[in-house]
Amino acid sequence: MITLSDITYGYGGNDLFKGVDLELTPGSFHFLTGPSGAGKTTLMRLCYLDLVPTFGAVSVFGRDAATLDRDGIALTRRRIGVVHQDCKFVDHLSIRDNVALPLEVAGEPPAPENLSELLSWVGLSERADARPSELSGGERQRAALARALIMSPDVILADEPTGNVDWEMSQRLLTLLAELNRLGKAVLIATHDLNLIRTAKSMVSARVLRIRDGSLQLAGADL
Amino acid sequence: MNWFDLFLHIFARREQAERVVPATGITARLTVFASGVMAFLAVFALALTLATGQVSQRWASELAHTATVRISAPAGQSAIQGRAALNILETTPGVVSARILDNQELRDLLDPWLGPDLPLEDLAIPQIIEIVADEDFDARGLVLRLKAEAPGAVLDDHERWRAPLIDAASGIRWIGVLSLVLIGAVTMAMVTLAATAALAANRQIIAVLRLIGAKDAFIVRAFVRRFTLRALTGAISGTAFGLTALLLLPSVEGIAGFPSGLGFGALGWVLAALIPVFTAAVAFFATRMTAMRTVRELR
Repeated sequence: MITLSDITYGYGGNDLFKGVDLELTPGSFHFLTGPSGAGKTTLMRLCYLDLVPTFGAVSVFGRDAATLDRDGIALTRRRIGVVHQDCKFVDHLSIRDNVALPLEVAGEPPAPENLSELLSWVGLSERADARPSELSGGERQRAALARALIMSPDVILADEPTGNVDWEMSQRLLTLLAELNRLGKAVLIATHDLNLIRTAKSMVSARVLRIRDGSLQLAGADL
Repeated sequence: MNWFDLFLHIFARREQAERVVPATGITARLTVFASGVMAFLAVFALALTLATGQVSQRWASELAHTATVRISAPAGQSAIQGRAALNILETTPGVVSARILDNQELRDLLDPWLGPDLPLEDLAIPQIIEIVADEDFDARGLVLRLKAEAPGAVLDDHERWRAPLIDAASGIRWIGVLSLVLIGAVTMAMVTLAATAALAANRQIIAVLRLIGAKDAFIVRAFVRRFTLRALTGAISGTAFGLTALLLLPSVEGIAGFPSGLGFGALGWVLAALIPVFTAAVAFFATRMTAMRTVRELR
């Protein structure tokens, strides 16, 4: 679904990573770890085509990303659900409208019952009409997850999705992602939370990748 | 997709695109107000252009086919030379008709300058022969014949003062056209500035929309629709005010031979009705261009 081949990405004359390979196949589940500033978010942005690598090739759903025009990039992003670390909401719209926004930009009218069900699942039924600024950090992150899922994407990328939620909610989120993964969705989660990774390993067959010294390594039993 | 289809496409889908962009109060009011003022000015520029065009045409067509012969001769000679001049005119090619103005017509001509009840008999007023001519009229040949056979007769074919007047009217008309072009350009600049400000203020939203899969056309549509409707609203108001003001202007028809007032004929009303449409079109293209440029700065 998404393949990064021999990727080098740098700015200001320094390479953040060099020769990185990553393949997200249908049904795969990956965790991405590493110290702050290692490039976890950058690697994710390369996956959803928000950044262009300095060197190497990105392939999405069988197409070389370099050959995609702007509309092609937009259409590709509709198949990738992203939970951003800072959520990225449209502040003047309600949470309900923010969650439904991917459907609206795609020209698909949101089905109210599906929307309500999704909001209910992430525990935001009561807060559906609130503005993003009126929500707590955890609520915002749950809303961001709902928005990432509403298009039923083939790939789910989540950047620290449990950073602001309590343990119970992070378990629920993880359970949902595991269920989606069993349906064939590829999942990539960037996280610092080693407990989350340990818990996930009991639910799904997950690979844990670590960015270290500009390269991507398979993490071992030291987790 | 041609421009008309694109226009329809943008205005057919109100809900989805537009509500994504928050209404920005100051740019909204600025766009409506400036469009209204520009439309108001455009009405007057259009009226001026059309009026001077009509004047220029009227002078050109009316005066091109008329001429006068003035008989300046001693009292005893005046009638003889007048008859001689008329005889010459009757045999001059291109002269459709020629007649001596009577005293009442002379009084009417002099009335605006010298007042009514003029004692014409006591004044040495020359006889005036009015000539209506066609395209074959040879003024130069007539001057030579009059010189030989009626030396007191002087031909005035109006050429001397007709040309500068027509040039002046034509010049005013072109200034009117230039004013309309400048009004269009200022409208475009103003909408571009307002749209640029709105796009800059909403850059974060545009980035979010791109990240969740919005095509450029979706984002551009939100801004284009909003600014086009604002410009259209302002222009309709401005045009209505302009036309009302024009209708309230005092009429100058028939005053001291003044040629025309700032009124509209059928063509004028059609063109005036097109001012809001033109303003909306200018806003449409200005916003579209600006929005496309801004959106393309983001991946």
